[in-house]
Amino acid sequence: MNWTAIWAIYRFEMARFVRTFLQSIISPVISTSLYFVVFGAAIGSRIDEVDGISYGAFIVPGLIMLTVMTQAISNASFGIYFPKFIGTIYELLSAPISFAEVILGYVGAAATKSLFIGVMILITATFFVDLTVQNWPAMLAFLVLTCTSFALLGFIIGIWASNFEQLQLVPLLVVTPLVFLGGSFYSISMLPEFWQKVALFNPVVYLISGFRWSFFGMADVPVMVSLLAIAGFTALCVLTVWWIFKTGWRIRA
Amino acid sequence: MAGMVEIENAEKTYDGGFQALKGVSLSIEEGEILALLGPNGAGKTTLISTICGITMPTGGSIRVGGHDVVRDFRAARSLVGLVPQELTLEPFETVWSAVRFSRGLFGAKRDDAYLDELLRRLSLYDKKHSQLQELSGGMKRRVLIAKALSHDPKVLFLDEPTAGVDVELRRDMWDIVAKLKETGVTIILTTHYIEEAEAMADRIGVISAGELLLVEKTTDLMARLGRKELRIALSAPIETVPEGLSDYDLRLEDEGETLIYTYDTQAERTGIARLIGSLSEAGLSIADVETTQSSLEEIFVGLVRKEDDEGDAA
Ligand SMILES: Nc1ncnc2c1ncn2[C@@H]1O[C@H](COP(=O)(O)OP(=O)(O)OP(=O)(O)O)[C@@H](O)[C@H]1O
Ligand SMILES: [Mg+2]
Repeated sequence: MNWTAIWAIYRFEMARFVRTFLQSIISPVISTSLYFVVFGAAIGSRIDEVDGISYGAFIVPGLIMLTVMTQAISNASFGIYFPKFIGTIYELLSAPISFAEVILGYVGAAATKSLFIGVMILITATFFVDLTVQNWPAMLAFLVLTCTSFALLGFIIGIWASNFEQLQLVPLLVVTPLVFLGGSFYSISMLPEFWQKVALFNPVVYLISGFRWSFFGMADVPVMVSLLAIAGFTALCVLTVWWIFKTGWRIRA
Repeated sequence: MAGMVEIENAEKTYDGGFQALKGVSLSIEEGEILALLGPNGAGKTTLISTICGITMPTGGSIRVGGHDVVRDFRAARSLVGLVPQELTLEPFETVWSAVRFSRGLFGAKRDDAYLDELLRRLSLYDKKHSQLQELSGGMKRRVLIAKALSHDPKVLFLDEPTAGVDVELRRDMWDIVAKLKETGVTIILTTHYIEEAEAMADRIGVISAGELLLVEKTTDLMARLGRKELRIALSAPIETVPEGLSDYDLRLEDEGETLIYTYDTQAERTGIARLIGSLSEAGLSIADVETTQSSLEEIFVGLVRKEDDEGDAA
């Protein structure tokens, strides 16, 4: 392992984040506040409680997941797509590093950024609602795993994309709908019976449910199932990345 | 001793089925400068990319410093620095962060003193904290060189280092290459300009349509090119070269209207003055004279054309 190289990539990617630090922080903070105003205040005045939790607090885990997932994907996909687009990827390809190191650098940086933003949202949320976290280790584990696996997914998208439209396509057409329909702002039990069944095919449901469990100790699906789901999803991403690495798909001519 | 870069029968067929390298073999000695000359699409960049790990060879073997570039890629690539043909740089980074990144990427320990010195050598020191998008094209090229040298490589590839560079900067580039050679770096560069290959290289290789047509010492090639022709237009055509002129290397052309004298520019005496005397002694009057030199360009074009003809015949 060329740790110096991993660190160089990680540092380089994080520097971009630090340079635009204010933007990186302000936008999630503002959008979180808006969600609280719209969902928490407007809708929350009609729904006081979900499963005994105030609606404002109830949406916090979903909100964090929503942002963290989209941020991890967009950061990682852009991070590897940009060098491909402007041609600086030649340097990664000619360096004495294997693909594993490239992934660790880029995915590590994207996961760190989204983790940071997730924490920022959590802090912002405490200004609006009373929050308790019942199980800190589980909460952090879910957060870190989600950041990592979605950064991996983003990395795959960035490798696959051959133009900017494609870069937006998967997040827009697949991820955002799945996340919105994944119970970010409601409990699955609030859906009609039929749609509850359909929802169970949405992998994001398991992530949000598990994450919510770590806050409130209650969940749509058993927490073990959530854990298995996120582990399975991570494994799938790792396998795909490993295959890309083996075949040089879309990387080396 | 084996060369610093050993290329044996390297082949590259791109995914689309196009064969860009058709079995290239070449050995490059440590500390030497080799210029690869060839027309657009000859395969120069492909050859370099295949050595550096940007594309995978589909046949043959390549070793750098004794390490196979595929099997032992870490050891091989640590020895190599690459300056690509295109000016590809992250626009918002500074010169400093770019070279520091490159050094780290190649696994070299942080060494700010070395990088400072490198930037000074390339006259980039006062631009250290400038954003790359603010630099001129020539400066960007030098940043690419600085990035390639950031980990102190033993072998440097320069893919068309002077493309789109003005005369002054081109001289600059020649100086930079000469200085690098003094430090013992092996340099492989590509160019379309013959005078550039002459000015910089110890050996010149000519590549066309994926094949290496010739590799020769620049001095040998130059000696071959050192021969000049003096074309003498005669006032009246003659049938044969007069007896009295048999000492000279002369031949007749244009139905006896032009007398051609071949001489060596490197020789102490060209014999031109004596020849003029002998001509008037022989009773020939001169209408006009002209000298021509067979350039590398001619040899080069000749080689490429021959190749094409053979290709057509096949
Ligand atoms: N990624 C690729 N896929 C398919 N064909 C390619 C690829 N890269 C290069 N080629 C083809 O291989 C041939 C050699 O290209 P290469 O870039 O090596 O030429 P070159 O000698 O560097 O030319 P130039 O002087 O224009 O830079 C060309 O016909 C080119 O079209
Ligand atoms: Mg080229």
